[in-house]
Amino acid sequence: MNDEHRHNPPGSPPDGQDPHETSPAGEGEAKGFSRRAFLKGAGVTVSAGVMVTEGLLGTGAASAQPAPGAIAGPGPVPITLKINGKPHSLQLEPRVTLLDALRDHLDITGAKKVCDRATCGACTVLLDGKAAYSCTVLAIEAQNYEITTIEGLAAEGELSPVSAAFVEHDAQQCGFCTPGFVVAVTAFLKQNPNPSYEQVTAGLGGNLCRCGTYMGVREAALDAAKRMAGRA
Amino acid sequence: MADYKWPPAEKRSLIGKSFTRVDGPVKSSGRAKYSYDINRPGMLYGKMVFSPYAHANVKSIDTKAAEKMPGVRAVLVMFEPGKEVLWAGQEIVALAAETEEQARDAARAVKVEYEVLPHLVSDVAPDKAGAEHSKAGSESKDGDPDGAMKSAEVTSEGTYGASVITHCCLEAHGQVAEWEGEKLTVWASSQNVTGIAGEFSKALNVPAANVETITQYMGGGFGSKFGADPWGPACAKLAKQAGRPVKMMLERDQELMEAGARPSIHARVKLGAKKDGTLVAWDSESWGTSGPQGGGNPPLPYVLRAANRRTKHTAVLTNIGPGRAWRAPNHPQCAVITMCALDDLAAAIPMDPLDFFIKNIELTGERSKVYHEELLGAAEMIEWKKKWHPRGAHNKGPIQRGLGLSIHTWGGGGHQSNCNCTIHPDGSVEVSLGSQDLGTGTRTIIALVAGETFGLPIPAITVNIGDSHYPPSGASGGSTTVGGVGSSTRRAATNALNELFAKVAPALNAKPEELEAVGGKVRVAADPSRAISWKEACAKLGATPITAAGQRSMDLISSGVGGAQMAEVSVDTETGVVRIEEIVAVQDCGLVLNLTTAQSQVFGALIMGVTYALFEEKLMDEQTGRCLNPDMEFYKLAGLADIGKFQVHMMTGPGYDERGLIGLGEPPVVSPGAAISNAVANAIGVRVPTIPITPAKVLAALESAPRAGRA
Repeated sequence: MNDEHRHNPPGSPPDGQDPHETSPAGEGEAKGFSRRAFLKGAGVTVSAGVMVTEGLLGTGAASAQPAPGAIAGPGPVPITLKINGKPHSLQLEPRVTLLDALRDHLDITGAKKVCDRATCGACTVLLDGKAAYSCTVLAIEAQNYEITTIEGLAAEGELSPVSAAFVEHDAQQCGFCTPGFVVAVTAFLKQNPNPSYEQVTAGLGGNLCRCGTYMGVREAALDAAKRMAGRA
Repeated sequence: MADYKWPPAEKRSLIGKSFTRVDGPVKSSGRAKYSYDINRPGMLYGKMVFSPYAHANVKSIDTKAAEKMPGVRAVLVMFEPGKEVLWAGQEIVALAAETEEQARDAARAVKVEYEVLPHLVSDVAPDKAGAEHSKAGSESKDGDPDGAMKSAEVTSEGTYGASVITHCCLEAHGQVAEWEGEKLTVWASSQNVTGIAGEFSKALNVPAANVETITQYMGGGFGSKFGADPWGPACAKLAKQAGRPVKMMLERDQELMEAGARPSIHARVKLGAKKDGTLVAWDSESWGTSGPQGGGNPPLPYVLRAANRRTKHTAVLTNIGPGRAWRAPNHPQCAVITMCALDDLAAAIPMDPLDFFIKNIELTGERSKVYHEELLGAAEMIEWKKKWHPRGAHNKGPIQRGLGLSIHTWGGGGHQSNCNCTIHPDGSVEVSLGSQDLGTGTRTIIALVAGETFGLPIPAITVNIGDSHYPPSGASGGSTTVGGVGSSTRRAATNALNELFAKVAPALNAKPEELEAVGGKVRVAADPSRAISWKEACAKLGATPITAAGQRSMDLISSGVGGAQMAEVSVDTETGVVRIEEIVAVQDCGLVLNLTTAQSQVFGALIMGVTYALFEEKLMDEQTGRCLNPDMEFYKLAGLADIGKFQVHMMTGPGYDERGLIGLGEPPVVSPGAAISNAVANAIGVRVPTIPITPAKVLAALESAPRAGRA
């Protein structure tokens, strides 16, 4: 958890820098991630902070927290999640992750559970448009965000431009990492509408595939950028 | 009359062209329901308690406290007290509760008393493991290895090996089980949807007819998902006990500790050659661990076999989790041992390894011409002759580049497969068979074969697979699926088409055997103007559809392929970090059905190869006997930035196409480890003896030969 690159949300390094290389201290602040804000946010569970970066640690997080001194749980508490534009009211233990809330309690199963430790990106969703690992965000903390899952990117039976590019470039085999990748690419392209090959390679380092579809993923991301630019 | 045999090149409308996969949209939009995604009304969540010890006597199991935990609805003891657990991660108790969190809490409340016993979790040679951990494997002798070695003008000796790695399927092993009275439905993540139904029936003592197993989509298997596994029947028992459906998927740590391991293989190898590069002798003593059981005998020497040779293998029995078939079982490890030893011999001569391999190409046996052609093709793609240099540093500064090569083989053939093909009076077509799509593109090639047969486009075909209620088909392993389902579909579709021709012939004033189905029409082959549309033809069926069966047929498929791969790497001799610059792969696989998914298979295999060559290792702690990296943070898979540039060339056309279908899942994953290891040796002038080639091992190798690798 100490690696600098892990503090970047998947799919959205703004500068295309290789996430496997350590950034010099302070660089994160210049690029939108504030190391200081991260430290200030120590009261938030570290794992959530790691993933959601400035979103959860900034102003948005404050209203999602119980009042100072108030303790939620350990039993089920009312939680309302805004998912793909619709509010869902649930009774969940505060320890339930956003991923488990989606999959186990709402039957929204596009986001996959794989590593369950913020490493592989298969569970990627958007929180206020930014990519986040939903396995490492608590549902209770996700309440004040607009949550978008892969299902929210296009109506059933339709394909988002990114999903269509994944089909076109055969950027999937077993497909288990694919929804996470599609969401990560969607977030990445929002921040990098016209990425270079190198930026794609570096910027999508937060998602892992076992079948080995990266060749297609790279092409799909570049092609989706073109499709979206053409459509706009 | 339509013929079973594959159409000649000029008559193919779909075969050999490029198509996106038919299940691409449902997968890339997140709508595909994998077994892990199945949620049933009232479903409970199952979790297992597993042994924290690598070797222990289970003295007692107490589930009383767990049974009283909130939300718990069923508890099942899976292990008999008094017996020994043989690896950390072995399952002891399964339980089911209302939520995952409650199930996890309850699992922690199970009390198991262990008497801890001595363990061996180190991947060591038999002399270090000791007699009680060693089991003799095969020994062989051909020709006169001693005489040939004595008369050899150049000899080379080394120790080579590949460590234990895991499968790390992104979708964990597991299933959802649901009873309706005495009928059981299981949604399992399986490579063997037909076969596991029988396993559930047997384990649960339920008539086979009462069991339905379903795998619509599955998130990776790679050889680790052939069986129902202990947790399959356990999940069904929990569901029975609770009277409710249960989902029990392995958590990531258990997945990596228990549900997949590729055995290690190591070998001391001595080789002899003439100065002109002629290989004359091979002598190897190999060992490896597949966990507590023995494990198979490795195919050594691999592909390129000296006439005079001796081999001896010993299995080392350890308390690492049990091995499972891993994509091309034993081949990647044996490629490392053989190709790296040969590369070292070439360097000792000294000789360009490309020239050395070509000099000895006849030793590859009956496919030597193919290997020759593939090596020359790959060399051209990577510009071998322009880039290759003798071993060792060639640049100023710490970054050194190198080239390496490897060749490989695999069988193929076809799994057993039964197919039903139905032509409906409205013109729609269904193909049904009980195989499964692991992500290789099986659905797509089934539709392609049926479409080719009927002269219809791929979207006109509905493919029904992934259910044990469809006609039985075999497990998807050993690159046998395309042969099995491709040939059974071809035969079923042809049989159905001939029945259709019989119904349609009078309307075209022709005999059935004079008809053909091309371009959405049924027409007279000799006079294509006499034609009716496919829809009109099917309307002649009246109210009754045609269903015809077909089985796997050996005359439509083949086995035995060769491939050559070359890698270019750069190595930072100060940090030990290896980066892949480029890998080229030339592969033969008979008649290619869908060029897109065939190439994707090879690309994927190369990426998996980079991963096991550089990163993957199941690290075991000698003190505690536990796996140190049962997670995806420290069990590392390559990311997008790690893979380099790839080129793939499929050998197709005359000489290849007429062999029929041959599977492609395994062969291209065999060579990357060896090719990358050889490229690293070429770059730094010294062998890193085992894969994965970690920075620490690179630095240690450089240290052992201090002058090498430093310009």
